[in-house]
Amino acid sequence: MRWIWIDSFVDFVAGERASAIKNVTLAEDHLHDHFPGYPIMPAALMIEGMAQTAGILVGEARGFAENVILAKIRTAEFEDYAVPGDQLRYDAVVESLDERAAVTAGTVHLNGEPIGRIDLIFSHVNKAAKVPDLPEHNFVFTDQFTSLLAAFRGPGRKRSGT
Amino acid sequence: MNPSRDEVFEKIRDVLTDALGVDDEEVVAEATLQGDLGAESIDFLDMVFRLEKEFSIEIPKGELFADEVWNNPDYVENDMVTPAGLEKFKEAMPHADFSSFEQEPHVSKIPDLSTVNTIVNYVESKLALA
Repeated sequence: MRWIWIDSFVDFVAGERASAIKNVTLAEDHLHDHFPGYPIMPAALMIEGMAQTAGILVGEARGFAENVILAKIRTAEFEDYAVPGDQLRYDAVVESLDERAAVTAGTVHLNGEPIGRIDLIFSHVNKAAKVPDLPEHNFVFTDQFTSLLAAFRGPGRKRSGT
Repeated sequence: MNPSRDEVFEKIRDVLTDALGVDDEEVVAEATLQGDLGAESIDFLDMVFRLEKEFSIEIPKGELFADEVWNNPDYVENDMVTPAGLEKFKEAMPHADFSSFEQEPHVSKIPDLSTVNTIVNYVESKLALA
């Protein structure tokens, strides 16, 4: 399984805001365990989806000069849940951004309706000072994610937001 | 007109309950951020961001909690802060109450200097300058 919990960007304004969508599908193994006979998208993975959306937004704002680490979940509130066939949209807005860290405010939409709030803090870690034992996947931003951004910005097929 | 000390305290209480997930009644003036309220390293940054937003002030790196001074090994000997170090710390954190710390300036007591009152004093001084 690939650790990418967003399918594509539908909006991206550098240093300001980003929106990404995630289509929930029964092809995802974890849904068969969460829960057997009653598949629902785990809230923790919605937080991860928001962290990926907001993390790329934050990383891009500083030219991907530093590694961006999810340091704190300030708020995570959900009023509904997603099931296979649903589409989630993660809207992230940069609230603060400096050389130490970034704060983002996020809203989760389910098929276009707001169902939750996820506010995050990211730490900027100098790539040279990278902790040796920290695995690459601990960083929000990896090459896999640049391709998502490239797909949004590139000359290929563009989608409108939902 | 600047808000009264009580008003500043009330706002800081809200900031701390949100940032640290503690109850209103735990946020008393003497409560230490780490020991009593359980703040961890990233929480200090979270508090700084929230305070900046709440009071529309700018908090330069290291000004509120003087972390760069605290982390300087030149000011420590045998786990005790040296007299020269103590002077530096007082200069860097005029908003902290050193009266109890200076009687036994052990490094383990450094976190106790950052209390709710320390933040209130700091914010008041920033607002007075604004």
